[in-house]
Amino acid sequence: MGEYSVQELTSILAMQGFAGISLFSVLLLMALGLAIIFGQMGVINMAHGEFMAMGAYTTYLLSVVTESYFPAFMNYYFLFAIVVSFLVAGLFGYLTEFVLIRHLYKRPLDTLLATWGLSLIMQQSFRSIFGAREVSPTLPDWLMGSWMPTETIFIPINGMFVLGLTTLVTIGVFLLMYRSSWGLNVRATTQNRVMSGAVGINTKQVDRLTFALGCGIAGIAGAAFTTIASTGPTSGSLYIVDTFMVVVFGGAASLFGTIASAFTIAQAQSILEFFISGSMAKVFTLLALVIILMMRPEGLFSIKVRK
Amino acid sequence: MTTTTDFLLAIEDLTVSFDGFKAVDSLTMYIDKNELRVVIGPNGAGKTTLLDLICGKTKSSSGSISFKNKQMTKMAEHEIVRAGIGRKFQTPSIYENLTVYQNLEVSYPEGRGVFGSLFFKTTDEVIKRVNEVAKEIQLENFLDTEAAILSHGQKQWLEIGMLLMQDPELLMLDEPVAGMSAKERDETAELLNRICQNRSVIVIEHDMEFVKKIARKVTVLHQGKILAEGTMDNVQADEKVIEVYLGH
Amino acid sequence: MNFVYERFLGGKSGAIALGILALLILVVLPLALDLFRLNLVGKYLTYAFAAVSLVLLWGYGGILSLGQGIFFGLGGYAMAMFLKLEASDPESTSIQTTPGIPDFMDWNQLTELPWFWVPFESFTFTLLAILLVPSIFAFIIGYSMFKRRVGGVYFAIITQVIAVILTVLIVGQQGFTGGINGITDLRTLNGWDIRDDSSKYILYFINAILLLGVIMVSKFILTSKLGQLLLAMKDKEDRVRFSGYDVSNFKIFVFCVSAVIAAIGGAMFTLQVGFMSPSFVGIVPSIEMVIFAAVGGRMSLVGVVYGTLLVNYGKTAFSETFPELWLFLMGGLFIAVVMFFPNGLAGIYNKYAPKVKFLKPLFDKPVQSEKKSATKIESEATTEGAK
Repeated sequence: MGEYSVQELTSILAMQGFAGISLFSVLLLMALGLAIIFGQMGVINMAHGEFMAMGAYTTYLLSVVTESYFPAFMNYYFLFAIVVSFLVAGLFGYLTEFVLIRHLYKRPLDTLLATWGLSLIMQQSFRSIFGAREVSPTLPDWLMGSWMPTETIFIPINGMFVLGLTTLVTIGVFLLMYRSSWGLNVRATTQNRVMSGAVGINTKQVDRLTFALGCGIAGIAGAAFTTIASTGPTSGSLYIVDTFMVVVFGGAASLFGTIASAFTIAQAQSILEFFISGSMAKVFTLLALVIILMMRPEGLFSIKVRK
Repeated sequence: MTTTTDFLLAIEDLTVSFDGFKAVDSLTMYIDKNELRVVIGPNGAGKTTLLDLICGKTKSSSGSISFKNKQMTKMAEHEIVRAGIGRKFQTPSIYENLTVYQNLEVSYPEGRGVFGSLFFKTTDEVIKRVNEVAKEIQLENFLDTEAAILSHGQKQWLEIGMLLMQDPELLMLDEPVAGMSAKERDETAELLNRICQNRSVIVIEHDMEFVKKIARKVTVLHQGKILAEGTMDNVQADEKVIEVYLGH
Repeated sequence: MNFVYERFLGGKSGAIALGILALLILVVLPLALDLFRLNLVGKYLTYAFAAVSLVLLWGYGGILSLGQGIFFGLGGYAMAMFLKLEASDPESTSIQTTPGIPDFMDWNQLTELPWFWVPFESFTFTLLAILLVPSIFAFIIGYSMFKRRVGGVYFAIITQVIAVILTVLIVGQQGFTGGINGITDLRTLNGWDIRDDSSKYILYFINAILLLGVIMVSKFILTSKLGQLLLAMKDKEDRVRFSGYDVSNFKIFVFCVSAVIAAIGGAMFTLQVGFMSPSFVGIVPSIEMVIFAAVGGRMSLVGVVYGTLLVNYGKTAFSETFPELWLFLMGGLFIAVVMFFPNGLAGIYNKYAPKVKFLKPLFDKPVQSEKKSATKIESEATTEGAK
């Protein structure tokens, strides 16, 4: 490390750390959706990455449409695209629950396989519709460029935007799950399905909306994803394993745990990446996670419960 | 730490707490050889937790459980079973996809290790034992029936039978007659009176009619502590017990 | 003799099913197919090892591993390392900067054989490694997870992550592993050329016989008390535990056995196909092995072989003509099997074949005996309800 001056090293750490923040944002958005579905309902959604890709493609489509028909709106379409991505992925999630998931609630391993099948179908659909090449939406001007707090540090604006978006969504999820009556219904259903049904909660409706919400948030993750990378048919599947690790490592039912674990994993990976090759950074991060999980299977932040 | 006793099971100063809530609170209780003890108490009194503690499903926070003067608190579940403690769960816990015969055979206490089970042979002795137990639990005509299609009461008996296969010295039954018809309850009472001949039995029960049929000595639990202990008549006359059951 | 018949073949219906399979892969296919196609079938049959391993682990044990590719890969790589070393004698690698080491090492500026490659110069060590490395690896994973009662979905995800780690490691460490291309250009086994036609036939038959042998050993395990305990554990784990069994030991055992079976498949793959690469290790191959087992019937040792052959035949046929359609079909297959045919082909066969007259003699027990006792109970239950 002798080649770097102290100042350069600080700048590198800061920028690499910020690159980690972008990864953190996408991972956290993905993981929030997955954690809601897995943590609250015990269902594994292997197609979660494809719901993210669906959001990304939606954003891309809207960018193309806006550019050709309403060029004047180019500065604003992206905000609109976030909402539409949420709705599209959420609606598709709702349908998925209705057609597929609800028949498999008592068979978690089978759900895993069925949603894997779904992910294959979705990937191929993306490929058939959008082609195998990666696509990127045209981003509005205000998302481009960097902010330079010092002469050697460049912080990309899109990264800060994504971080802001993630913060908003996280707060939104927190309010929805822990401060709204609907969230209470979801948590009640998680704890005791039969009893919840008996006190008048429509548990089936709760399941369906929870699943849709989780997928919708994956859609938002997709919109955010387009600002930091281009989208291909398999973009989603590249993130699914990391996302699972975030959820499991964080202790499935804890929101705070999910945030902390997304942050740890993203930072570890992106800072390690600078010093050793990208692939080895991934190996070390995942290996560390697996070893920690083997020693502490309930994840980092879980509550001791009486079974 | 514990005194050597003549009791089969000696529970002393046993406590378990879940996040500060003491489900069983410095409980002391002794079970004699060949004793049939009924544990009653309102919901949440800690009855099932007590069984969980004895059989190792839940680990105690402090106190001692000694079975034949051997400490059980640090032992793994399967070791406790092998020491001679059998436990029936509240809801019938049987292998639905296996036949009655297979359910009983699988419970035979030999071939319990990986390789032992791999090379386990069904000897005449095993078959004899299965038939004996099946007769005891009145399922001798259902040996080839898949357990899933038994009636609820038959499932309860089958689970008791699976425990009998292991010939435990202490048998713990958690609400054995829940969900049974009146006739089945009577038959279960007879069954219990038969099988407690040469072993100790702890029964948790809500149904007072049933308790009267089998009980010699009753322990009343309340909020994790023993409220009263004695014969059924004594306990029923106890003012604290009346207060707990009827007072609210 | 009777013991072998009952335990290794699984009684009448088991023996007949195994006999038909043996007839198909030992006689019919070799006679009907040209060498190229037969070699392809041989390749598919190596996947069938992994599918059989999943019958033990997933079908009976209820433990879904999404990382059987790990073990398939370990077996395959062990064999490939041995063959590669044999192919890299100083003479044929004389144009390299460092002769006598595998070509990809030379390209990656390695100047001597890495320490963990050295023992693979011995064939005996290689054979032992094919069996022992996967079982030790599985033991470590299984011990640390099952002793802590981690199972179900968590186990599936962790095994998947380990498959990812291994793939990334193999791809990233080109100089030691051959990277994304894998270990290629394998020629001889102890001087015997594995590439010519006669060797291909011989290897096909060795593979097929090994597969039948593995099925018989698996049958022995499943018909033992251990097999029944696995089923019992899948249903009511606590009941088994509180009947005096150390549940985790059984899970660890069946996981290790399944790892070894998959590894044998991997080693046979390398021999027949002539190379090994990370694309047979990661998430996708691992989950494909699960679909082979699911389509064939996760509870049927023989069924999964047909499942493997069928799915792979479909994959090859479609990839040649409509590559896009294949992923749709594969995805649909996952969903359909899980939702409508949880017992796969074997389930369909067991349900409908006894109704076909000429197939009836193939089955052991008339199914009615069970029905009889069922109606008996029902009638008893109703009389009791009437009281």
